[in-house]
Amino acid sequence: MDNRQKEIDNLKDYKYGFTTDIENTRAPKGLNEDVIRFISNIKKEPQWMLDFRLKAFERFKQLKEPDWQKPKYPKIDYQDLYYYSAPKSMREKPKNLDDLDPKLLETYKKLGIPLQEQKRLNGIAVDAVFDSVSVATTFREELTKQGIIFCPISEAIQNHPELVKKYLGSVIPVTDHFFATLNSAVFTDGSFAYIPEGVRCPMELSTYFRINASNTGQFERTLIVADKGSYVSYLEGCTAPMRDENQLHAANVELVALDDAEIKYSTVQNWYPGDKDGKGGIYNFVTKRGLCKGKNSKISWTQVETGSAITWKYPSCILKGDNSVGEFYSIAITNNHQKADTGTKMIHLGKNTKSKIISKGISAGFSDMTYRGLVDISPKATNSNNYTQCDSLLMGNKCGAHTVPYIKNKNSESNIAHEATTSKISEEQLHYCQQRGLSAEEAVGLIVNGFCKEVLQQLPMEFAVEAQKLVGISLEGSVG
Amino acid sequence: MKEQLQKDFDNTIKNLALSQRDIEIKKFYLDNFINKGFPNKKEEDWKFSDLNQIIKKNIGELSFYSDYTSTNKVDSSAFVDGLEHNKIVFINGRIEKIDFDYEKKDQIEIIDQSETINKFNNNSSLSDLNSAFTNKSFKIVVKKGYQLTKPLIIYHTTNSKIWSKNINLRLNFELYENSSLRLIDLFRDTSEKNFLNIFYNFDLKENSILKNYKVDKFENKNIKYSFNNIEQEKNSISETFILSSGSNFCKNEINCNLNGEYSSAFVNGIFSINNNKHHEIRTIINHLTEYTKSYQLIKSVLEDSSRAVYQGKIFVNSKAQKTDGYQLSKAILLNKDSEFNAKPELEIYADDVKCSHGSASGSLNEDSIFYLMSRGLNYQQSRELLINGFLLDVVEKITDSEVKNLIKNMIGIKE
Repeated sequence: MDNRQKEIDNLKDYKYGFTTDIENTRAPKGLNEDVIRFISNIKKEPQWMLDFRLKAFERFKQLKEPDWQKPKYPKIDYQDLYYYSAPKSMREKPKNLDDLDPKLLETYKKLGIPLQEQKRLNGIAVDAVFDSVSVATTFREELTKQGIIFCPISEAIQNHPELVKKYLGSVIPVTDHFFATLNSAVFTDGSFAYIPEGVRCPMELSTYFRINASNTGQFERTLIVADKGSYVSYLEGCTAPMRDENQLHAANVELVALDDAEIKYSTVQNWYPGDKDGKGGIYNFVTKRGLCKGKNSKISWTQVETGSAITWKYPSCILKGDNSVGEFYSIAITNNHQKADTGTKMIHLGKNTKSKIISKGISAGFSDMTYRGLVDISPKATNSNNYTQCDSLLMGNKCGAHTVPYIKNKNSESNIAHEATTSKISEEQLHYCQQRGLSAEEAVGLIVNGFCKEVLQQLPMEFAVEAQKLVGISLEGSVG
Repeated sequence: MKEQLQKDFDNTIKNLALSQRDIEIKKFYLDNFINKGFPNKKEEDWKFSDLNQIIKKNIGELSFYSDYTSTNKVDSSAFVDGLEHNKIVFINGRIEKIDFDYEKKDQIEIIDQSETINKFNNNSSLSDLNSAFTNKSFKIVVKKGYQLTKPLIIYHTTNSKIWSKNINLRLNFELYENSSLRLIDLFRDTSEKNFLNIFYNFDLKENSILKNYKVDKFENKNIKYSFNNIEQEKNSISETFILSSGSNFCKNEINCNLNGEYSSAFVNGIFSINNNKHHEIRTIINHLTEYTKSYQLIKSVLEDSSRAVYQGKIFVNSKAQKTDGYQLSKAILLNKDSEFNAKPELEIYADDVKCSHGSASGSLNEDSIFYLMSRGLNYQQSRELLINGFLLDVVEKITDSEVKNLIKNMIGIKE
């Protein structure tokens, strides 16, 4: 096979694998106090923000990289990474989209994310993050009318310091685990959303993450605060170019829901998964945590994980307020040499709290998938309930599917139920579909979609269609 | 602790007739243990039960040397009535009696293995401790085609003569083709604050059947750890039943390797604990070849501020197609201070398998109590009836009717 043919084949597998040739401003390579000061300086951050970062860095120096996870990876040299990379044209932030570097616009067009006004018909407000900076946020005026703040977090630090100061690090403290602390020290940009009291956000808010530069870690930080009685649905998408080396993505996402508020957070993660032989791909080591701070609040995580060489994340809910609800819906698909160790934590602290976990794992090729979850009902969480269901589907005998739930019940008036099954697509099901004229691949696609339906239903419409397609693409070539 | 260990080790060695080489081996294990110490919660397998802390809190300083030169009187009134059985009697860790009166002499072989230290399929520090300090170790061989007519009861008795001691036991069993053995481990302790560290190894050849019933029923203040390693060849069956109730702390571990086709393993367990007791069962079932089967059922009833832990793992390697694995744990928490932790784990590398697990915990169903009370039972009776029924489910899984009745009587479950 000549090179060109190879290239075409590769593109078929991962259509977002292109790179944008754009001039970058970078922080010096390596991780030290100077780099942190550099990032803080370039973002024109106030002193308290720099202190926050330095405190996290102090802590980071004492921490050891965890190694209990199932997917092992070669040691990351944290001094061999760039911690800040931004398109040169973003040095001075453009006032409006017309001033935006056409190359960036082109990139997002190619990714199917329309940033220009005339194309914004689908009614989703997008914050586009390119490497270390947020390049554009759409629909801002309309949101401002309702009092909703939706902007890059670096802007929020400037314009809404009181909110950021109050909530940043309140769910994921600077003293958290290794990767979260690293993020606290060097995070570059991300989204900030604040929904004021009693407001139901009229459109989906969305962030689109794109890693472009090589040898760069992406450390973004998202903070969403839903004030009393508000509602917001938030979407997150991600892609990266194909590269031979592994790239680190260590984001922190913090959600805070006050009394009667609801946050729905959906992710379609499609980072570059590496090639067929497991070369390259993104290390997706993300910390996502939601705090149901107020009474009757609700946080719901939905994730479709199809990309990344290694996915290692546990979107969690801390159910602190009485009657609060936490939900976790997940589809994780691994193919070829991908590895995933994902799941959730539901920490019940308040009375009458409820949580529900639906996890569907599909592994094919040489991949390895682990569901790891924690349900912890504390002695004070009287009358709490949890229901967990994790199903795994295996395709072939070179892959693995594992379930590692931790269940802790310290309250006699609370109930926990957990179920897990592992199976394969039965010959009968396949035969039935094929008999009715579907090809083997179509049949598998149909059955897998049925397997995932419970989770796909939770996604907003536009996303669900996208995700359904993605499920099909990710499994291409796994049926033989 | 290190000096104590060294001193006790030297004393123990003195009383044993060991070759220089064996002493070296024992020393090696001792050094291993000194390095690692008692397991603590930093180790994944001991996450829910920090043995190091438990020993510190309940016993304090342990002594590892026991004087085995004098014999203990075997009290025959303590033997189980109404069931003819073979006996092995341990008193304070010393073997006092081995008696296979009901069996054909040439079909059972008892080999003294005290002088050969065999490697154990366990790399925890407790295995090192056991290897360094066990003083007498026997291998019991059941010959080809022989099925024991009566069950074997192993009496684990301790009395008030010992205090703050560590006792290490080790037994090996080999069941040849087509043989079978019913084995009951009966714990009777009147001693307090000792740490018992028991290791069993079972080799099951083709078509052999092992039934092991572990009964820890009588109230005592000891800390127990028991490890069963079971190797199974083609068509063999192992059945393990655990009644975990009496001791202050008790952890039972079962490691079962299904090496031969059509071999199957059954593990059933009951936690019935109160006060401040802390009990754990950890099982690892390794499905290593095709057509193997495992079934596990664990039920717990937890009173006062007791704590039960169940960690169960089903491992299926990529060769083990057509595996059937099932695991269920259920717990009733009767008091607001009681706690149930579970970690039911699946690790699967083959696609044509049927594996599932379930775990549920909660309180007694008020509706059921109401139902019974509306039919004239009082609250206490209704509660007992429900708990009885809940546990009976596990006892009914015992396939041997003699033993089933014995255990039913012992825990006072009525039908």
